[in-house]
Parts: sequence; structure tokens; C-alpha cells
Amino acid sequence: MKAQQYEAPDSIDKAVALLAAAKGQARVLAGGTDLLIQMRVGRLSADTIVDIKCIAELRKISREDGGFKIGAAVSGAEADEHAELVAHWPGVVEGWELIGSTQIQGRATLAGNLCNASPAADGVPALIAAGAQVTIVGPNGSRKVPVEAIPTGPGRNSLAKGEFVTYFHLPKRPPHSSDAYLRLIPRTEMDIAVVGCAVNLTLDAGGTCTAASVALGAVAPTVVKVPDGAKALIGTKLDAAALDKLAAAASAACKPIDDKRGTVVYRTKIAGVLARRAALIAYERARKRA
Amino acid sequence: MTAERKEFRWIGKRPVRPDGVDKVTGRAQFSADFNMPGQLIGKVLRSPHAHARIKSIDTSKAKALAGVKAVITGADFPSLPDEWVGAGRVEGNFKYFSENIIARDKVLYEGHTVAAVAAVSAAIAEEALSLIKVDYEVLPHVIDPVEAMAPDAPLLHEKMITRGMKTPPTKPSNVAKWAEFLMGDPVEGFKKADVIVERSYTTKAVHQGYIEPHAVAASTSADGQTVVWCSSQGQYQVRTWVSKIVGLPLSSIRVIPAEIGGGFGGKLIPYLEPLAVRMSRLTNRPVKITMSREDVFRATGPTSGAAMKIKVGATKDGKIVAAEGEFIFQAGAYPGSPFMNGLMCSFAPYAIPNVRTWGYDVVTNRPKAAAYRAPGSPIAAYAVESALDELAKKLNIHPVDLRLKNAIVEGTPSYFGPKFGSVGFVETLEALKKHPNYNIPLGPNQGRGFASGFWFNGGGESCATVNINDDGTASVIEGNPDIGGSRASMAIMAAEVLGIDYDKVRPIVGDTASLGFNHVTGGSRVTFATGMAVVRAAEDAVREMKERAAMLWDISPDAVTWEDGFARPAGDNAGKHEPLSLKQIAGQAAKTGGPICGHASLNAQAPGPGLGSHMVDVEVDPETGHVKILRYTASQDVGRAIHPSYVEGQMQGGVAQGIGWALNEEYIYDKNGRLENPGFLDYRMPVCSDLPFIDTIMIEKPVPSHPFGVRGVGEVPIVPPMAAVANAIHSAIGKRLTSLPMSPPKVRAAIDGDA
Repeated sequence: MKAQQYEAPDSIDKAVALLAAAKGQARVLAGGTDLLIQMRVGRLSADTIVDIKCIAELRKISREDGGFKIGAAVSGAEADEHAELVAHWPGVVEGWELIGSTQIQGRATLAGNLCNASPAADGVPALIAAGAQVTIVGPNGSRKVPVEAIPTGPGRNSLAKGEFVTYFHLPKRPPHSSDAYLRLIPRTEMDIAVVGCAVNLTLDAGGTCTAASVALGAVAPTVVKVPDGAKALIGTKLDAAALDKLAAAASAACKPIDDKRGTVVYRTKIAGVLARRAALIAYERARKRA
Repeated sequence: MTAERKEFRWIGKRPVRPDGVDKVTGRAQFSADFNMPGQLIGKVLRSPHAHARIKSIDTSKAKALAGVKAVITGADFPSLPDEWVGAGRVEGNFKYFSENIIARDKVLYEGHTVAAVAAVSAAIAEEALSLIKVDYEVLPHVIDPVEAMAPDAPLLHEKMITRGMKTPPTKPSNVAKWAEFLMGDPVEGFKKADVIVERSYTTKAVHQGYIEPHAVAASTSADGQTVVWCSSQGQYQVRTWVSKIVGLPLSSIRVIPAEIGGGFGGKLIPYLEPLAVRMSRLTNRPVKITMSREDVFRATGPTSGAAMKIKVGATKDGKIVAAEGEFIFQAGAYPGSPFMNGLMCSFAPYAIPNVRTWGYDVVTNRPKAAAYRAPGSPIAAYAVESALDELAKKLNIHPVDLRLKNAIVEGTPSYFGPKFGSVGFVETLEALKKHPNYNIPLGPNQGRGFASGFWFNGGGESCATVNINDDGTASVIEGNPDIGGSRASMAIMAAEVLGIDYDKVRPIVGDTASLGFNHVTGGSRVTFATGMAVVRAAEDAVREMKERAAMLWDISPDAVTWEDGFARPAGDNAGKHEPLSLKQIAGQAAKTGGPICGHASLNAQAPGPGLGSHMVDVEVDPETGHVKILRYTASQDVGRAIHPSYVEGQMQGGVAQGIGWALNEEYIYDKNGRLENPGFLDYRMPVCSDLPFIDTIMIEKPVPSHPFGVRGVGEVPIVPPMAAVANAIHSAIGKRLTSLPMSPPKVRAAIDGDA
């Protein structure tokens, strides 16, 4: 593992300038829990590392337009301690919290999880189901894009040279809204999702679903949205028929591969199982939220 | 606790282990902790191919790189004769051992060592590796043992003729050896059976998963004397291998054992040591090499995967009348799978009049199989104990009762050797029936499974020294690396014999120069055989102290007794003398003949075999196929638990590894024969949250040949778990899983009827 230069700027502007001026391969380090491992095994190299953890504003979670603004360098452990965020977006936080062990949680960031672009990233499906956006900065200024615009395939993302993610933006929640994320792993922890599924729901006062979003991880090169599954839930109280339709839609949306972590057949079945279970959890949570 | 137990002062107590504080404070010196001034860093070039001919190796650019001090290849090691040493199930061949450590004309698996370099820094050594040019002719490869037996399979060893057949085959094959055991007449026996179960099973290669990767430091002086620091399961074994593979006299090599971070059989053989020694001799500098976790998975020994066919027949009353088993074991790149252990252990727990087992040792393009805890027995037991469960269900007899009806007892003839001596198998089964877990009601999707297991246990060569210090303490020197709390057990046994406090006994593991030969830490032999040597050495010290007391009192040594750490006159005829403590005798040693040292060396015979019976409750998620272990109870004949905590620890550790083997662990290869999961993320050993508390039942049936009745305990606990879990899954979902691992996709497929 070799890096010629390590920089830890204290502002976004300085980080942008350093990345723009860097010769050779420059990489952004947030938690480093993917980057350093991949450098150590020789999968990635870097001539310059720009650590964004010293940029104070990127270490904050704040309210914004009734929603939330989350800095790119916030760790999973910090998110877990943010009671308001957990209350509004339990599914987003529980996906984030599944990344690695307790020690990793002290460093791992959602931005890293997103930009690492693993199809099995636990942090991503719930963000997409939530309709979250990210702010990107770079040599040409800043722009806002939906989360799903970032990963383009396993290990690949849409960021241009010198660009990096600064913030996540989670929208304002209507009453009776909540979300949930579930994954299937062969063990009970310390593992990578064979399938992941996030469901985000809004109910009316009577408990009928008025809005829904379903996203699957690890069943295609990037996270898959399941609009047919969402449609199956809207206008229902998640009765058995609606859940059956959801499960079938989730299975139908899968485009998985056979690999060391699972087979096409198994992943396709499990997508349906998890969609049903995640929807029920999200529904229970939403009913309890005024 | 038996009444007899109260006679002991230390045996059966649970004092803190002597090596504990250093281990929990990070002070203990493991292999990779040794560093020396002027040390070079060694790195190993490994084959990227599963099977290839090495046409040439060009090391010139690597040698020319500034900072590189040595580059070696197979040409730097002597060619060894193709001959087998040792007998039967423990034989070995140093030609193969040597070629596994560094390839000669062919590489036989991905990760096979091709060359090594030593340089002044790790970065330079890495760069030197990239400058070595190996010209490979890639050959077709074979990973699966059954495919490797096909007539058109690619041959790993082009001239290898199957050994062990009455009529040797004329054509070479990948079958290195064939063996058979027969008792009675199974063909006739099956005719008497009312019910017969016949089924095939497969298991995957699994790694021992020790947490400490292999590492070594070796230093050679200008006079050719070499010192090696490394963790292993036998410093003498490392010395022997280095001597043979590098070609050096034993006396020029001293091996100093480091603390060992797990071995489970996988550190019985060295991998890096001959490379480091060769390079330290070329440079006259210390050379240090450490493996990465990926190296450990790709190039060190997993145990075999296997394909097995089992047939068992019983009469209506549950008496097993005949049994047969075919065992195809994958050896990896060189001959030497534990298939013969499989043939012997498979049906060993049962008194069956007609038994035939036969099997094949098959080479494949994988790392050479190494010992893993009761090598061969867990694989065979998965098949046999699954078949017995099916037999019990067909007979409508409780699986524990079926085993009780057929259990071996003292004097039962074995089908592979002499009659069994002291065995406590029946007691392990009866104890399960009395355990509270036996009657806990099960919920939906839950099932309870049972299985038993056998392991030979070992004896062998050990020696020990007990030095009595003048302050009334004692030092014990033994020659076996402590992988399971054996120093604590040695100190307990020495304290018991000497009659002093445990805290006054300090045990160390000596290097190869400090004691005579000691056989390895393996085969569950150490507390038995080395324990016996420590007991005899302590008794030798007591004899010496009685002589010193006799001298001080001017009476015959026969008239002195030793009791609770004091020499006392044997009776009134011996005269009236105040008892002399160990400390008083030791303090006067200079004037009574010099230092007091007890010593013993022996070849321990007649170890008692290990038998265990396990019971597990599982809950299967019918939608995901995920299996949760709800509770686990392991019952075992432990002979005598010298330090019960470490006996329980062995039982629980074996079960934990067995559960991993049962549920998720496997070597996964891509189509090019490259290992896809050489790390703990995708090679799934259980994590804490996967396991419940593992309940243990220790049955104490002392082994007559050991002064305290010690029986090996470390291996048999890994034998039953895979079958116990499979049988529990069957009870939960009504489907029998005949292929390991029983991972969620396989269980779900079985539920769906896809398998």
C-alpha cells in the first residue's frame, strides 16, 4: 500500500482545490473502511489521499426544509446517536448501521458506502427508497443529484475527476411515514448482503398506504427500484394479497447473478421474502408515527 | 464430582492459567512478534494457476534490484527420495512435503510457492517478486475428487500409481492410495437386516481458521548454526522438516517455540520455515516471513472435502447387523488425506458384526490437505451419523436408544485393530437423556438432532524436567506448545505430585535444545502423554528429595514417605524426625548432593479413545433457509478433567468449529481453479452471535494407563456437530440435507424440493 501524499483540509474549498491540483490518482478518504482495505490488497492505488473528516461542516447532521442534511463524513455510530434522524428515517439508519462491526461503525460513512458502489451496499437501498439526494462538489462548482445517479455498476460511480459528495438530503416526512431495511446474510452479523431490501411508506390516518417506494440491493449491478411492488401497496393496508403482489414484483425485478454469495434462484426468492417482511416492519412503524 | 475426587488437592480445580496474563495484556510473543537487528523481510511468489508446468524462472532482474539479498526457487533445495516414512494412517513422504513447500517442475494449485526473496524492506521484497519472470505452460486442472478419479482427468503426478491395492494398477491416476477394512461378512449380514438405509453424502474442504497466520524468523550465524522462532504444534517437528528439506544436521538447528494463536492440526507442518532458513543461510542474516490471511487460505492446509456412500442395516429391534462405507477423500495437491482415519472412525462407536469400509486418497489441484482436529473422523461421522438417524426414524426407535443398543463397551472388538479398552460411550448417551435440554418442548420449525463421534486419541514420545528451586518452588520444562491450556494442566499435575501450591509451580515450553525429543502437540496427546512425563518427572524429584531427607536424617530412603509436600519418617522404626518441607530440602540441596531435578522420558502407550454424544436444537426459517442454533449440549467421556475449564473450552471450541463446518464454511473455486473466498468475509466461520451458550457434560471414566486417568479431549468434540445439525434440520423440516455446508440457499432448495 503506497500513497505519495496525504492531505487533511479543513474546508470544502480546500479539498476541491487539492483534488483539482493533484497529480496522478487522487482519492477521497472519508471513513477509509473501504479505501484503505482495497489499497492494502492492491485493488486500488492512490498518489494523493484527501481526507475529508477534518472538514467540520461535513461532520454534522442538521435539519433542512423539514428534512435532514447529513454531512458526508458523519459515521454510522454518530447517526445512530441522532434521535431525531432515527425517529424519522429508521430504515436509512438501520441500513447504515449494518455496515461492518462496531469498530467500523465508528468510521464508516454513507458517502463512502455509496461511492464504493458495491451492488450489496447496505446503506444505499433505503436512501433510494427515501428519495434522498446528494450534493456533489468539484472543480466546476456544486450540483444536486438523486442518490441513484451515483453508482453506475460494481465499483464504478458517476463522479467526475475532482468531484466528491458533500451532503445527503433526506426530504420532509408527511405524518404516518416510516421505512425499514432488511438484508439476508448467511450469518447473523459481520457479513455482506445476499439480498437487501428497503421499503418506505406513507399511510393515511386510517392506515391505508398512500405512497410507497421499494428498493432492492445485491440483485443487480446497481440498486433496483420496484415500482410495481410500490404500486401493489398503495391503497391497501398491506393485506395478504397486496404483500403477495409486492413479493412477486420484487422477485420479478431481480436481475441477479450466481456468485460465491448466492445463486440467481435463491436471490430471486429471497427478494420477495425480504420485501414482504420489510414492508410489514415499515407499516408498523408508520402506524405509530403521528 | 465423585467421592474419589476429594483426594485431590489441585486436580479438578480451575486456577488461572500461567500464560493468561501475558495473553490478555498483549505481551505474549507470537510468531510475528520476533524482530531482530539487521533482519531481512522475506516474501513469497505464489502460483496464479491451479495447474501449470514451470518452463523457466528468470530471477535475474529481482536479484539485481538494490536491497535484494537472496532469491530462491525449488532449485535451491535438495531433491528428496520418493519414499514413505511412518506407517498406516500417519505415514508421510518428504519428497511431497518438500515440493509442497516450494514447487519444482510443476505448480499444482493456486498459491503454490514458486520462489521467495529476502530484501532489506518489505517494499523492496514486493518489488523483487514482481521482477521474477515465470514462464508457465498452463495445464487443465481438476478440483473435485470424484472428477479427479475419471479416466480422462488431468493427472497431477504423471507417474503416480495407486498404492495399497492387492493388484497395483498399470496406469497412473490421481488416486494416490486405496485402503480397506473388513470384519465379518457384510453381504451375509445385510441379508439378516429388516431395514436398510443407503445414501450418499458430500462435504466441502474447510480451513482450521486459526486466528494467527503463519510467520517465522530464522537467523544463521557465520558458523552455520541456525535458530528459528516460530509458532507451531511441534518445535521438534519443525526442526526435522527444516533438517530434511533444507538438508542440514539436526544439531545445527534450534527451534524456539513462540506462543501459538491456534493450530487445530494446521500448524503440525511448517510452510515458511525452510524458506526462511535457506535464505538466512545464504545471507547470514535474520530473515522474517509472515503470511497474509489470503496466503493462509490459498496455501495452507484445509481438511479434505469428501464424497461418501453409506449403507447400514438393522433388525427390527434396532440391532445393527451390517455396515458398509465408501469414502473418497480429496487430498489436495499431494497424497495424504486423512481418509484412513475416516475408514476407521466411521463405524468405530458401534459394535457391528459385519463391517466393510474402503476408500480413496485422491489428489486435486488444491492446497494439500492438512490435519484438522480429529482429521477424517468428522467427515465420516457426518455421513454415518446421518444414516443412523434415518435408520432410527425408519425403525421408530429414538436415535439415542439406537446408539445405546449398539454402543461399544470395554472389550468390544474393533474392525480395524485391537479390542477397545476403557470407553465411556454409553455414559455419554445416558447423560444426554438425563440433561434438562433433552425434554425442552420444541416450537414450530424447530428440530432436535443427535449424533456421536469417535477419536483414537494419541500417546507417544514425551519428556519433561521438574527443577526444584531453593525457595520451595518448582519449574516444569515441557516440550509441547500450549494450544489449549496445557501449561495449566502440567502445573496442576506437578503441584499434585509435589504437594505444593499450584502458584509455586511455573511451567515453560522449552526449545529443541532444552529437552529431548517430544512428539507434536496433536492427536489429543499432550495432557495424556506429556502429562504422564511431567507426573513421572515430579515423582523423580520426590524420590530425590526423599533421598536427601534420608541423608539428613541418616536413615534409609525406603524409610521416608512424601506427603503434602513434606518428607516424613515412614514409621516409628525410622526414628523420630521433624518432617522436612520441600523448601527445607531444596534449601539444603548444595550440601546434600547439588541441585534437585526430576526428569522423565517415555513413549506413552494405551491412550483411552475419546467418545462424545451431542444434542442440538435448531430453528429453520422456512422462507430464507437460515438455520439458527437454539441450544447445544455436548456430552463427552473426558477421563479425568485436570483443569475442567479447559476441558469445557475444548468441547465448546470443537462444537463451534463444527457448527461453522455444518452451516456455512466451504472453499469456493472459480472455473479457473482459483479460490474465490480467501478471507473471513466470504469464508464464513461462525461469529459470536451465531452461537448459543454450548452446554457441556463431562463424564469422568479414568484411563487406567495414566496416573490420574487423563483422556485426550481436544478432538472428538468436532466429530458429531455436522451430523447433529443435519439431523436436527431433518427433524425441523422433514428434509435430509446430504451435502455440506447446509447454507441458507441449500436449505431453502431442500424445502422447495429443488434439491
